[in-house]
Amino acid sequence: MIAYLARRVLYAIPILLGVNLFTFALFFVANSPDDMARLQLGIKRVTPEAIAIWKHAHGYDKPLFYNGADQGLQRFSDTIFFEKSASMFAFDFGRADDGRDIAREIRMRAGPSLEIALPSFVIGMMTNITFALLMAFFRATLLDMWGVVLCVAAMSISGLFYIIGGQFLVAKLWHWVPISGFESGLSSLKFVILPVAIGVVSGIGGGARWYRTLFLEEIGRDYVRTARSKGISELAVLFRHVARNGLIPILTGAVVIIPSLFIGSLILESFFGIPGLGSYTLDAINSQDFAVVRSMVFIGSLLNILGLMLTDISYTVADPRIRLQ
Amino acid sequence: MYGRRPADWAKLSPMRQILILLFLALSGCGSIWDDPYPASDSGKSILYLAFTERPKHLDPARSYSENEAAVDAQIYEPPLQYHYLKRPYTLVPLTATEIPHPEYYDAKGNRLPEDAQEVATSLYRIRIRPGIFYQPHPAFARDAKGDFLYRHLSSESLSGIDSIADFARTGTRELVANDYVYEIKRLASPWSQSPIAGLMGEYIVGFRDFARKLEKSGKVDLDGINLPGVKVEDRYTYTIRVKGKYPQFKYWLAMNFFSPMPPEVDRFYSQPGMAEKNLTLDWHPVGTGPYMMTENNPNSRMTLVRNPNFHPEAYPSHGMPGDNLKDAGLAMPFIDKVIFSREKESIPYWNKFLQGYYDVSGISSDSFDQAVAVSIQGEAQVSPQMKEKGIELKTSVAPSILYMAFNMDDPVVGGSSERAKLLRQAISIAMDFEENISIFANGRGIPAQGPIPPGIFGYREGRAGMNPVVYDWVNGEARRKSIDAAKALLAKAGYPDGRDAKSGKPLVLYLDATGRGADDKTRFDWYRKEFSKIDLQLEIRSTDYNRFQEKIRKGTAQIFTWGWNADYPDLENFLFLLYGPQGKVKHGGENSANYENPEYDRLFEEMKNMDDTPERQKIIDRMQSIVQEDAPWIWGMYPKDYQLNHSWLSNLKPNQMARNSLKYLRVDAKLRDEKRHEWNRPEYWPFAALFALFLVTAIPAYRVYRRREEMKAR
Repeated sequence: MIAYLARRVLYAIPILLGVNLFTFALFFVANSPDDMARLQLGIKRVTPEAIAIWKHAHGYDKPLFYNGADQGLQRFSDTIFFEKSASMFAFDFGRADDGRDIAREIRMRAGPSLEIALPSFVIGMMTNITFALLMAFFRATLLDMWGVVLCVAAMSISGLFYIIGGQFLVAKLWHWVPISGFESGLSSLKFVILPVAIGVVSGIGGGARWYRTLFLEEIGRDYVRTARSKGISELAVLFRHVARNGLIPILTGAVVIIPSLFIGSLILESFFGIPGLGSYTLDAINSQDFAVVRSMVFIGSLLNILGLMLTDISYTVADPRIRLQ
Repeated sequence: MYGRRPADWAKLSPMRQILILLFLALSGCGSIWDDPYPASDSGKSILYLAFTERPKHLDPARSYSENEAAVDAQIYEPPLQYHYLKRPYTLVPLTATEIPHPEYYDAKGNRLPEDAQEVATSLYRIRIRPGIFYQPHPAFARDAKGDFLYRHLSSESLSGIDSIADFARTGTRELVANDYVYEIKRLASPWSQSPIAGLMGEYIVGFRDFARKLEKSGKVDLDGINLPGVKVEDRYTYTIRVKGKYPQFKYWLAMNFFSPMPPEVDRFYSQPGMAEKNLTLDWHPVGTGPYMMTENNPNSRMTLVRNPNFHPEAYPSHGMPGDNLKDAGLAMPFIDKVIFSREKESIPYWNKFLQGYYDVSGISSDSFDQAVAVSIQGEAQVSPQMKEKGIELKTSVAPSILYMAFNMDDPVVGGSSERAKLLRQAISIAMDFEENISIFANGRGIPAQGPIPPGIFGYREGRAGMNPVVYDWVNGEARRKSIDAAKALLAKAGYPDGRDAKSGKPLVLYLDATGRGADDKTRFDWYRKEFSKIDLQLEIRSTDYNRFQEKIRKGTAQIFTWGWNADYPDLENFLFLLYGPQGKVKHGGENSANYENPEYDRLFEEMKNMDDTPERQKIIDRMQSIVQEDAPWIWGMYPKDYQLNHSWLSNLKPNQMARNSLKYLRVDAKLRDEKRHEWNRPEYWPFAALFALFLVTAIPAYRVYRRREEMKAR
């Protein structure tokens, strides 16, 4: 397994390089360094000299990929792409266009993102599994039918509706929690309850319906019939046998998501004023801050690769018949 | 419960621990659960404001946008400020003892009389008041020997320091003239990246050479280098020498760019390791103003607290009729703390304002109908729902203009030919901006008659100010000319029925724009509809912001919408937008339409250095009639700002030029608390409803369960 993982780590390097190259190319197709400078310096009274100074100060006064004026390897190394990318592989993300240290910002913002994403993920999983098991238990009854109808309806509603509706109902009309905002420590609890609840509720439709399918598939297997023939109650069959076996695909599907929880949610954070990584990325895209965008894309791809590796490992844990070679 | 020993806490089940934590967290909010602020802040003299976009720069040399000035202006003090209550906007001294009057000199350095026309340089002598001190800050802290405590810091010695508050000692010192001179040198330094460096290079003597010298030398201590046009005369006096006559220079002295910067503060922040901890001048301003920044987390909150060293300053004793002068003569500021919270989305911002958690709010289009009712006389007032809450509406016309420009370099709509001019005039009549304001701005604007907005010297009300190309004076009011008049002009231009008379082909025009959203589509449809009224076809060329800007810079756009927000309340700051040497394509200036008219340019040069006299008005009138006739812009509108505030906030008067207005405001915290409790009582019935819903589903579920369990075979 170690050899397998080592091989996966080595594969990750060209993937990260490719992602970085792709992000770089996409970004600079839409924005030139001059555009970036103009946006940072403001619309009024921007002189060509000011743009030149800004580009020089931020390292954007070089060719993008190939520097014909240099000799040898420097033709490639004395370029914006090389200088901005090489440091990133050493986890030196540099500074945002507003001068703030990106690594420090990421450290500061990962906490608030996790405070929303982690409980939403864990509680969401538990809720979905519970709902799915209940629907499986009441299969072929009116309760099951209405459960599926509700799930389909819930899946069809936009995520933004849950956010605006949730804020309106729970925070504005019922006055249970603040509409938006954030505090650190224990005080954050009152601010995260609603976004977490919305994260959970908005995921029930898709999650519970998918898990229900998995559980129903398990219910038809031979070992379930055997268990029933032994006289075990239906609840015990479901929660002791079906749930345990049905969880294998659920868990392996969930493991891949875990690392990306750090990245946060773009819209949820924006509406609830959570100073997390999701809103950081959104701000950077809006302000054309390439330094932040490429750092977040790099971290995102790294976490995605990590998630896939963890999924592979989780297969071996969940099913002893599988061996990584 | 609070007395439980740790061992007892550990014995509790996780569920009980969660419930206790939940209870503690919610009980921290007091009797209202939705309060986003700590219960301990209740009843305190705090002003709650929101910001949508996080400020990019708080360094006064760099900061230029409105949202940055809203913070900086409470902390930094340039020598002059705008009178808070007087209209038209009037400059008054802030740290200066008086408004400086320029002394004129010829090329040999001889003093000239005040009415001299041929002036080589103007000298501004600024005297500042003694006894003004900076806010407490570690940059000023000294040890027993008088040496700076935090001068030779390294990355290692900064371990454990994460914010300015982590420095154990602070100090202060008196404001001196050199601090202002130092800041002007910073404006010239390439590493400050000041947006006005280019402009000041045109005016301040020696500024450009000084900047070039610094570019070659790299980052150096600015205190040791001489900027010829800016000098310290004595401890409290400095002079700025400006090329020629530039009467508008005094307005720049009221902007944050010309605030004082103590050299020791700049040196403090330049030390190694500070930038890595985000401890920079760009994020932690240091000034003499009424407030000082104690928390800057631009991701969620910025906090200003009263500067204990703030110099005495009294609320104005004179204003305009109807102004609140109850606090006249009383020492400012009246509020101890200002909290700016970040609200990126308009819906939560609006709802929190209605709950009483923000003291002031703008009005987005979504909430306009809920907030504002327009009377039969067309007067905007708060809706009955808002009135019931005691919410007040303040309106003001912004010193801005939103217009639609023709690219004068374009072969079809541009140029000075009669044909093109008539075409532009016809379109100007067809574009019904009264309707545009009503549909897209909820009536928040005044149809523009020319480039000068109300409140600025040169603006004329009524018939005298009317644009005769687009309007007729009927029954005491300006009425837009008929579509038939526009069609007649179009036919005269050689486009009868919207077709080229020679080729017979329909005339297709192009509007360059940026938006691609649903709201933009409605706007574009409206533009098309207006053009179609005179049988013209309009194609929208929508693109991203960068490409749009590029088109304007290169002059490849044909028709586009644009705007301008004044730097200072002088018409020169508007009329220069049509001055030939400011052409965007040829000179990279602010004349985005690339309009050129020799007579207009000559009059502009004559007018720009004049005082506000009847002679100046005459020239302005002539300039206005030239551009109305040439119609390089469809004049669009002067936007109106609508602002709502709660009843507990007093002394609020919209001031479009003064950004340092927080010191004038007063909050009745007791009334605010009462209202918050009244408006935010939690509803309990949904708990019962949820429980009932649970029962409604649980009972049949239990029946099904029993039936299943009793079945012989499953």
